[in-house]
Parts: sequence; C-alpha cells; structure tokens
Amino acid sequence: MTADNTALSTAAERALIEQYEAASTGDAVKLMREKAIAGFRSRGLPNRRVEEWKYTDLRRGMNEALPIAEMPAAAEAKAAVDTVAGFGDMAGARIVFVNGLYAPELSEISGVEGLTIRSLAATLAKSRPQGLGELAASLTDSALDLNTAFMRDGALIDVAAGAEIEKPVEILHVAAGEPAATYTRHVVRVGEGAKVCFSEVYSGKGHYQTNTAIEFSAAKGAEVSWIKLQNESREAQHLSTLLSRLDGEVGFDHFIFNSGAHLSRTQTFLRFDGEGSRAELRSAMLITEEQHCDVTLVVDHAVPNCESREFCKSVIDGAAKGVFQGRINVFPHAQKTDGRMVSQALFLSESVEMAYKPELEIFADDVQCAHGATSGQIDEDLLFYLRARGIPEAEARTLLVLAFLSEVIEEIGDEQVVETLEERTRTWLGY
Amino acid sequence: MALLEIKNLHTRIAEDGTEILRGVDLTVNAGEVHAIMGPNGSGKSTLSYVLAGKENYEVTEGEVLFNGENILEMGPDERAMAGMFLAFQYPIEIPGVATITFLKAALNSQRKARGLDELPTPDFMKLVREKAKQMNITSDMLKRPLNVGFSGGEKKRSEILQMALLEPTLCVLDETDSGLDIDALKVVSNGVNALRSPERAMIVITHYQRLLDHIVPDIVHVLSAGKIVKTGGPDLALELEKNGYADYIGEAA
Ligand SMILES: Nc1ncnc2c1ncn2[C@@H]1O[C@H](COP(=O)(O)OP(=O)(O)OP(=O)(O)O)[C@@H](O)[C@H]1O
Ligand SMILES: [Mg+2]
Repeated sequence: MTADNTALSTAAERALIEQYEAASTGDAVKLMREKAIAGFRSRGLPNRRVEEWKYTDLRRGMNEALPIAEMPAAAEAKAAVDTVAGFGDMAGARIVFVNGLYAPELSEISGVEGLTIRSLAATLAKSRPQGLGELAASLTDSALDLNTAFMRDGALIDVAAGAEIEKPVEILHVAAGEPAATYTRHVVRVGEGAKVCFSEVYSGKGHYQTNTAIEFSAAKGAEVSWIKLQNESREAQHLSTLLSRLDGEVGFDHFIFNSGAHLSRTQTFLRFDGEGSRAELRSAMLITEEQHCDVTLVVDHAVPNCESREFCKSVIDGAAKGVFQGRINVFPHAQKTDGRMVSQALFLSESVEMAYKPELEIFADDVQCAHGATSGQIDEDLLFYLRARGIPEAEARTLLVLAFLSEVIEEIGDEQVVETLEERTRTWLGY
Repeated sequence: MALLEIKNLHTRIAEDGTEILRGVDLTVNAGEVHAIMGPNGSGKSTLSYVLAGKENYEVTEGEVLFNGENILEMGPDERAMAGMFLAFQYPIEIPGVATITFLKAALNSQRKARGLDELPTPDFMKLVREKAKQMNITSDMLKRPLNVGFSGGEKKRSEILQMALLEPTLCVLDETDSGLDIDALKVVSNGVNALRSPERAMIVITHYQRLLDHIVPDIVHVLSAGKIVKTGGPDLALELEKNGYADYIGEAA
C-alpha cells in the first residue's frame, strides 16, 4: 500500500504503519482493520492539539513501536501468570492472556452455566464475531484505531439471559518480559436480567506496551459489576478503551484501580440506551515518581431517566501527574437525567500535578447535573493525632491514604476485593 | 529521678512567632497526680501539645526531660512509645479509619517498640471489649470511623479508652471533664483512677473542682500568661473555685 504518510510526524507513527503492512493478514475483519489503519494514518498519534487528549500527549509519550508480542514458552508463561496475585482464588471462570494471546492451559473457561467464553483469535480465523466493531464504530480515536488494526486475540464473552453467575469472571492479562506490544480486544455481552461480576487484571514485568479495548453491552435489567485492576509494570505503557452500552433498567458498577504503568490512559465511554438505568463509574489512582495516569470518562445520556455517578480519587506522590476528564452529555429529550461527577486528589509531594477537566453538555431542561473537585495534602492534625498514639509516621500516613481511598474502595461491597485493594495500597506505600 | 522535668520552657507559635509559654517550670514524680488550672488562653493546651510533640510550636528556651531524657527532639510517635499520652481537649475526627483499626495499630506499634509481639486478633478483641465496656463504649462505636459523629462525651470516653489500652506512664488529660454528663464524669474518673499507680503520673488540666473531687490531685498549679504562678495542695483548687484567678493574674504580668 502506498498511501500518503505525511500526517505522520514521528518515527513511532511511521513504524506502526510499517508494522501493519508487514503483518497484514487476511482474516474475517480485514476491512475493519483497513479502515482503522486509514483513520490512524490520517490522524497519527493523539497529541495535545487533540482536545480529548489534551493532557496526555501520546505523540510525545509513545516514542517507539515495539514488535508485536509472541507467546512465550509454556513454562515461562505459567511462571509469569503464577506471580500475578489478581483477586486470589475467588474467580469462578478465568481467561488468561499472556502477551496478549489466549493461554488455554492456564485458563478455566468452561463449566459455568449461562457463561460462554471463546477466544477471539480462534473465531477470527473463520468469521467475524457478533458484536465486534459495533460500538467501536461510533468513536473516532487513534488508540482505538490501533487496537482495531492490530487486535490479535481477546475474549468473546456471553452471559445468557437470566443467568446469575455467582463467582467473578476474571480476564487476566500478563506481560511476560520481552519488550513487545500487545493488542487484546474483548466483546462482552450480558443478556437480559443476567447478573455477573467481572474482574479485569493487567500485570507484567519490564518494558512493554498494552493496548486493550472492550466492547460491552448489557441487555435490559442486567446487573453488572466490574473491577479493573491496572497493575502494569512501572516501565509499561497502558492504553485502554471501554465502550459500553446499557439497555433499560440496567445497574452497572464499574471500578478502576490504577497503580501501574509509566504512562496510562483509561478511557471509558458509556451510553445509556434504555430508561431507568444506573451507572457508577468509580476510580482510584495511586501514582508516584514520573508516572502519568489519565482517567477519561464520557457518559452519554441518550434517553431520559438515567442516573450516572463518576467518582475519582487520586493519590499522587513524587513527580507524578494525574488526569481526570469527565464528560456528561445529556441529549435533547433525556429529561430527568441525574448525573454527578466528583474528583478528589490527595497530594503526597510538592511536585505533583493533577489536571481536572469536567464537561457538562446539556440539551434537556429538566435534569440534575453537577460536578466538583477538591485537592489537598495529608492533614497534619490527623497525622499528629495518630502519631501521638505511637503509630510511626509512615504507618500513620498509610492509614490516612487508605482512609482517603476507602470511600471509593469500600463501596465495592465485596470484602475480599476491598481487602485485596487495601493490601495493594499498603504495598504501594511501601508498608 | 523525676518522671518529668520541665525547665524554664519558652515556646512560641511557629507560624507567627507569638510567645505562649514564658518560662514554665514543673517537676512531676512517678505516682503523683498534678492538676493544672488557669484562665482561658493561659497556655494549658499549648503546654500539653508541646509535651506531646506537636510541630506547630517552637521551643525557644528551656528543656523537657522525660525519664531523664530530653524529648524535645523526638517525634510524637517516639514520645508515645516512651510512655507519654495526651488525652486531647478536642479529639479530632478521622473519617475512613475505623476506631478498632486505629486502636489495633496504636497498640501493636507500641508493643513492637517495647519488643513485644503483636497481639493476636482474638486476644486484642477480648482486651478492647473489656476496656470498652468499662468506658461504656459500645462495639458499634468501635466499628465507626474514629470519633466521627461521636458526641462530645463519647469522644472523651474514647480518649480514656485509648489511655487504658496503651497504659502510658505519663497521662496528660486536657479538660477531659468538659462536655461530660454527671454519670460519664464518674465513668471517666474511675477509668483514670484505675490507672493510678506508683509508676505512673498524671497531669490533669481542668477548670473545675468537680473533676478533682473524683481524681484527687497531690499538687495543684495555676498557669497564667504562660507561667506557673502558684503551686499548692488540693486546697488551692477549692480556693480558686471560690475566688477565681483575680489574685494570680496580676503576678504573671
Ligand atoms: N496555632 C495558634 N495560632 C494562634 N494562636 C494560638 C495558636 N495556638 C494557641 N494560640 C493562642 O495561645 C494562647 C494559649 O492557648 P491554649 O489553647 O494553650 O490556652 P488554654 O490555657 O488551653 O485555654 P482554655 O482554657 O480555653 O482551653 C491563646 O491565646 C491562643 O489563642
Ligand atoms: Mg485548652
């Protein structure tokens, strides 16, 4: 292909195009990939002039295109997965991706009634999976385009109507060490009235790039809770896109815990497509040193009578930078919308940065929408009180950071998850 | 050797340099109970904060020896581990930290500092329940975030519960009686008296004789304008109750 590459100004952008051309396959979604790479070719990597990426300049942050990752030897893959804590043994089903590729021998995907899990790669060899690309079609975004162009494997998950899946369904991503890039794409569909909990975990060692995307839809009356744990290596880059669409009367509780990666961008797009639904999008970030962590949420209230909550708590240390962008769009006729957004940041050092960009775009008149943000340091009086009881300073700080995060973490409800996350916070604080 | 020796202590507020304590001298021996009384704003709480190691104050002159050791360079946690305890005049609310979690962290840090093992959770729970019961603190309160939504009296009882649990050698009680109803005053006083021992000393800051009816002091001091202007026996408190501070305020100036 000899298209015009003039929009591509960096070596990494040109290398991505070359990679695509060299790897070009003839699978069932060839056209979708072609369209995506053409989109990327015309725009290049997102940079500060792209409004949605204003605070995360990927053109500067991503200065190389690592080779596409391959599956390591079986023993190495197993060893890598064994070191990942995830959420312990609480999962009822588990699909594991090592370097972005499905590892059947490390997964446990069958045996749960009402739950079907398949590998994307295996399906793509034959046909275009149902739902793939549907939600993605509505978004113009270069990170997503790269995912579509390069997606190699992923999980196709269907939860049958009425099914109540008791134990969490875990989607585990592990990078096993080689400097490489992974592209996973998941399609998750939850049937009418079904009840399920997902845990999505990212972990790894060394220098690598993760680009992951999920297309998620919930049918009428579904109850879904979802926990994403981003615990990538501190040298890694993590780009993730969640596209979600909720029918009526759905309850969706989403929680993101970001503590890994040198540079991360977690973008969530949620569209209410049926009345009477509720979504809570919570996140916690714990970053330090030179980490850059971007949490971006876009909620479309396309129908009346839905409720959304966006709550982001950030703990920032060292010279790290946090970004929280939240956008609530209320469409004309989406009356009785109730949307609220809150950002709270705790700064543990003087050289941190936090960018907060709330956007409310409201085209209906009978709605309630609000946003607010606070930031501050650890309260010296609280610290003194704890220390005056003999609690050493480091532990007292840990207690106060946990206390700050507890408001979002404890909402999760599942005690084991809460404990795991608190444990992670303690570890992060070196305690 | 005295348990606590304060010599010519001068302190000012770090932020704006206002001088608060202007040469306090005080010696407290093990086994003694001292009461400190004095007008509002005379520096009683300041003295207690300086003893506990609060950083907003700057010591410009003098020294504080605890067990013979100068503690002014020590952090508040180190002082606590050395046996110092301040029951705050205004106990602070700590949202997000459950009272029970806090108590456990405090007790175990102090045990660690004393070379003891952490108390196993069942033993700890048993101990806390027993002490909490004596202080009329319900297990529901123990589960709540520290002091959050506690009534004024509950906060004070919670302070004494902490003291009972940590078993310090020097207890500084800053107006622990304020905000207590009549029954709670008895509960708190009993809690304090239960800790009285030959190895332990107390400094009780109060405005009222009624607390001293329950916790009978050995020595009473009057602090006025940052200095101890009068020291006497238990009778001094009774006299102050009758005549107020008028006779002593002049002396400090
Ligand atoms: N951080 C501060 N900033 C400014 N002034 C202060 C500060 N801390 C104490 N002061 C002042 O120092 C003086 C002594 O205060 P302190 O609280 O020690 O008095 P007190 O004897 O405990 O009074 P009370 O009986 O009312 O409790 C007061 O005039 C008070 O306003
Ligand atoms: Mg006072």
